[in-house]
Amino acid sequence: MKRSLQPTEAPGATAFINARLVDPASGRDEPGGLVVVGAEIAELGPNLRRNAPQGAAVVDCDGHVLCPGLIDAQVYTGDPGQEHRETLKTASFAAAAGGVTTIVCMPDTEPVIDQVALVDYVQRRARERAIVHVHIMAAVTRGLRGEEMAEIGLLQRAGAIAFTNGKSSIASTRVMRNALLYARDFDALLVHHTEDPYLSNGAAMNSGEPATRLGLPGVHRFAEVIVLERDVRLVEMTNARYHAATISCRESLDIIRRAKAKKLPVTCGVSINHLTLNENDIGPYRTFFKVRPPLRAEEDRAAMVSGLAAGDIDLIVSSHDPQDADVKRRPFAEAADGAVGLETLLPAALRLYHSGEVGLLPLLKAMTINPARLLGLDGGRLEKGAPADLALIDLNTPWVVDRDLMRARSTNSPFDEQKMQGRVLRTMVAGRTVYQYGGPDRL
Amino acid sequence: MNMIEPSPVFFSRRHLLTCEGLSAVEIESLLDLADKAADLNRQVNKKRDVLRGRTLINLFFEASTRTQASFELAGKRLGADVMNMNVSTSSVQKGESLIDTAMTLNAMRPDMIVVRHYAAGAVELLSQKVDCSVINAGDGAHEHPTQALLDALTIRRAKGRVGGLTVAICGDILHSRVARSNIHVLNALGARVRLVAPSTLLPPGIDRLGAEVFTDMWKGLEDADIVMMLRLQRERMQGNYVPSTREYYHFFGLDQEKLALAKPDALIMHPGPMNRGVEIASAIADHSRSVIRDQVEMGVAVRMAVLEALARKLPNH
Repeated sequence: MKRSLQPTEAPGATAFINARLVDPASGRDEPGGLVVVGAEIAELGPNLRRNAPQGAAVVDCDGHVLCPGLIDAQVYTGDPGQEHRETLKTASFAAAAGGVTTIVCMPDTEPVIDQVALVDYVQRRARERAIVHVHIMAAVTRGLRGEEMAEIGLLQRAGAIAFTNGKSSIASTRVMRNALLYARDFDALLVHHTEDPYLSNGAAMNSGEPATRLGLPGVHRFAEVIVLERDVRLVEMTNARYHAATISCRESLDIIRRAKAKKLPVTCGVSINHLTLNENDIGPYRTFFKVRPPLRAEEDRAAMVSGLAAGDIDLIVSSHDPQDADVKRRPFAEAADGAVGLETLLPAALRLYHSGEVGLLPLLKAMTINPARLLGLDGGRLEKGAPADLALIDLNTPWVVDRDLMRARSTNSPFDEQKMQGRVLRTMVAGRTVYQYGGPDRL
Repeated sequence: MNMIEPSPVFFSRRHLLTCEGLSAVEIESLLDLADKAADLNRQVNKKRDVLRGRTLINLFFEASTRTQASFELAGKRLGADVMNMNVSTSSVQKGESLIDTAMTLNAMRPDMIVVRHYAAGAVELLSQKVDCSVINAGDGAHEHPTQALLDALTIRRAKGRVGGLTVAICGDILHSRVARSNIHVLNALGARVRLVAPSTLLPPGIDRLGAEVFTDMWKGLEDADIVMMLRLQRERMQGNYVPSTREYYHFFGLDQEKLALAKPDALIMHPGPMNRGVEIASAIADHSRSVIRDQVEMGVAVRMAVLEALARKLPNH
């Protein structure tokens, strides 16, 4: 497999004509055109629908949606330490194929990204190998053990855009309070996975009838709610910026709504899995559906969709978590958590658009301008002078997911063999086309 | 060799992995076959040849003397070559995955594999990777189908029917595969199922599998036709799920006083092995209405029936 990292088009001028310009930041949704010069958007508007400047390479969008490239705020790779699962390079290929132009890597690696040298290392690897923008969310506690704070200030200076305890919750209320207090001094965002480790210990899925039927140990959704409630009280106490990484149930949404009503600096995300799947999808012990937080009841999934539509849920993340066959082809309780999601994030999200539950603008907002603003990134919008990070999307073409065709190194996708409607036609990062549907396998 | 006229068996599955979804016709058909096997097992010559030339592997990832012996005897009485494989937990953790073990065994071309595993769903997973018939001999807290079938047979022989009876299953429902399989079988046959346990030993949503839940044993046993006790694992007795053995026995142990609330002719059952003095009083275990030993006898018969029914679906060349 030969992969060229050279740009296929010199980042000269590219004109997208005959497009439907969709920009959640400004609310724009109209026919028009857009011109990219170098790595930036030089011009855009309805007047450019049929006109391309002299000398520009022309892309006829055929009326399809041209929107800001997606920003995925929760991506796990195996780089460094678990490269057989995923490297920054393979993750970036998967991202490009999914219209994702920026990925935020989680610190759950080997070693854990809790030191400046590791931030430097990952940034260098990303510069050398990745075809999309890569940012790092660093560990808030050393080794993600939830005991001692990592060097938040220095890590931030090295380029970490936020801090998290990765896949685990900080069990100690005191450590959590201190982390929030300290992070506040740097205006750093703390992103937290909320799950009571005592209640969830040993659990394989959401507790309830399906778990009982399968004879699997379950964890009640309140394990999430209890920690989230505590965290919001700590935010009330410290006024630090807090983001609940992936909420998954009704009661969590209520807590977020109350916190927002009180004007607390609280935001939240939801994974695409919890917007489109529920616990019944596990069926006969299908381990590709084993994720964390676990898939919940249908009422919870519906609540997540309504929370998104109402704007109370700020981000949609793929929670891309590659796991190889060795750790997935096991009895359910012993199988690893996690599902890949970069390539299916957008098509799966479009299910909510096609079902009429969430409009196109609010849907894309949660994957573009919202994460950009929350994480202080300079993308996620169609605007003169903004980075030319773009996705061209066909909203309607039906297709069937085939994990054998995925670009990620691991293909543990819960959407395998599922029907989708809508797909990414072209992805551009900083003025370079990094993916084209039906184009050469690796651009 | 004994000859039993081949009767129609309305059971055409390749594996027996779960009781969920088994129809009354399928179950009754297996029980009819088991009835004949039970009669045969009381004769001097117990040997038949329906499995002659077939290989049966008992693959146990979790120690179990009685279930393994029961399957071994059932296989041998039908003329199969039986091999026992005990795979301890530690050797599994040392390396070979369940899938690899399945592939290795499959290459030895067995006709049937009986599997006991400590993880729910493990037997189903293994069945996807082999070419032979797979019988679930217990997977984690999921199911133990032949136990539920032998319980149904024991009840049917003692009471003449299963439908319409009230069966109270008492004890550690949370961790019990026996309870789950029994709920499915008893419901399919039209019995009323009650579950009696402290809330810490009741999994959420269990009522939706088709059972009425009681946390008060005195109420749960009222007018029951069958009292089925479950074993409480020793490690779960000391403060994790129940405060002490003594307290558990007081509220959930089957003694004369609580038994008196059930129907006067109520049967006493236990899948074994029993903790006398924990979940069941010693005298009750040996009570005239106790059919605990019949359960063991019916175990061999039911397993013969299951092996025979599955063997009819095996290719003959």
